[in-house]
Amino acid sequence: MAELEGLYQEVILDHSKKPRNFHSMADADRHADGYNPLCGDRFTVYLKLKDDKIVDISFQGTGCAISTASASILTEILKGKTRAQAEALFETFRDLVTGKIHANGETPALGKLAAFSGVCEFPVRVKCATLVWHTLRSALEGDPEVVATE
Amino acid sequence: MATTREITSTPAREPACPAFDVKRIREDFPILKQKVYGKPLIYLDNAATSQKPTKVINAIVKFYTEDCSNVHRGVHLLSERATEAYEGARIKIQRFLNAADSREIVLVRGATEGINLVAQTYGRQNVKAGDEILITAMEHHSNIVPWQILCEEKNAVLRVAPINGRGELILEEFQKLLSARTRLVSVTYVSNALGTVNPVREIVRMAHAMNVPVLIDGAQSAPHMKVDVRELGCDFYIFSGHKVCGPTGVGALYGRAELLEAMPPYQSGGDMISSVTFEKTTYNAIPYKFEAGTPNIAGVIGLGAALDYLEQIGLASISSYERALLSYATEAIGQIPGVRILGTARDKASVISFVLDGVHAHDVGTILDREGIAVRTGHHCAQPVMEYFGVPATVRASLAFYNTKQEIIALAAGIQRAQALFG
Repeated sequence: MAELEGLYQEVILDHSKKPRNFHSMADADRHADGYNPLCGDRFTVYLKLKDDKIVDISFQGTGCAISTASASILTEILKGKTRAQAEALFETFRDLVTGKIHANGETPALGKLAAFSGVCEFPVRVKCATLVWHTLRSALEGDPEVVATE
Repeated sequence: MATTREITSTPAREPACPAFDVKRIREDFPILKQKVYGKPLIYLDNAATSQKPTKVINAIVKFYTEDCSNVHRGVHLLSERATEAYEGARIKIQRFLNAADSREIVLVRGATEGINLVAQTYGRQNVKAGDEILITAMEHHSNIVPWQILCEEKNAVLRVAPINGRGELILEEFQKLLSARTRLVSVTYVSNALGTVNPVREIVRMAHAMNVPVLIDGAQSAPHMKVDVRELGCDFYIFSGHKVCGPTGVGALYGRAELLEAMPPYQSGGDMISSVTFEKTTYNAIPYKFEAGTPNIAGVIGLGAALDYLEQIGLASISSYERALLSYATEAIGQIPGVRILGTARDKASVISFVLDGVHAHDVGTILDREGIAVRTGHHCAQPVMEYFGVPATVRASLAFYNTKQEIIALAAGIQRAQALFG
């Protein structure tokens, strides 16, 4: 059962129950929808951009604990980051949840995202963790299509 | 593994079917002997697919090791044996459904292909602009999308009869939607997402009173109850082999001979023709007219073995055991605080769809998985049903005759574990 506790770490449970930046944004510059048909997760990500910087970010929708916590932590961690930083973080995050890297001293940039280190033991949940990141990328690219992870 | 009896302290609630020896039946399913994550496998995803008994596995192995050959073609012994086994299975299917004639059994890839076949042949031939197809709000996507495509092509209209809060079809509304424009009624016998058993005899009676033919999607009913297509009076009935303990990739479409005779072919190629010249092709007789190409021979033979197996146990015994298990499970799961069961029809097959307060279905699925319990989570290919109940997803435990009360107790404990984790 250690793996279950590794998946549902305190930080994840906390963010899934009390998601941060959980609201729509009427004056957003960009927004995009993401959908995971496997579990019915559906999120909208809202962005305010100044030059190349994410000055505000929020999300809305419904999803499982992993996808909701991932969205919540993403909004916390990306506020004030540049596009390039967001992209780089996505790459690192994806490597983390697919087990290519492990959360340790070498990846300090991960911050709270390190809480998702247990996801790699649950391959079918990788899509839950990355759904909002795909949605964010689509918002950054200004792609109006709904992102689906299936 | 302790037996049900050993851990049961309430014998009064034991499924009321003493002759049904579930322990012995489980011996027939090699897959059930395994452990997952160090725990005994508890397979409660039977509405997605059922497990296969040794007899079915052996029938497939026998075909490939002793009889493998193409059917309807060779003069040699192997082809003769393969054809005999293949056509023998068709007769088993005919008997399983109590169809009048084995020519009324078309072998297909599964229920989905069966519906598509009817939509693309009968549908395209008979549905014109302004006509209507009538389905219900509890259909699987496979009994929605083929009709949407047909309606789009023909400028016809898809009508949907609504359900009530228990997940039952509202018959009065269904009756109102039947009209002189209705060309076909296509309804599920049992809802895959809710377990509701539809009053198909009543539906057939209403539709036939308006001269409208009826297709019954039997994907979820075939494993649970004896079906007699002549007694039901339906015009088409389809089911999938893999849900009745048979292999995947095979299923059957029953169609009344006179309807099948009048229908154009489905796919074209070998076996569906009686003669071909570059000027003119004559189609084969039913059912071969609808069976182009080399079929899933091993699959069909495996399906025949599965039906033998089910009939040996007896569909009536299976039904009564499953009903007792369902009622035990409904009580055991329903009484857990924070659980809401969706689909509380008065007539139900052994499917329990539920949601938990504060825990998403997908998380419940992961937690149960680590307890060795396989359930389905999601929309169950019935998004309109989810929308009706206002939930994005449910957890679905679907029971088979090889499931036990002890497994239900483990499921209830697993649900409580999920609740505790999310406190």
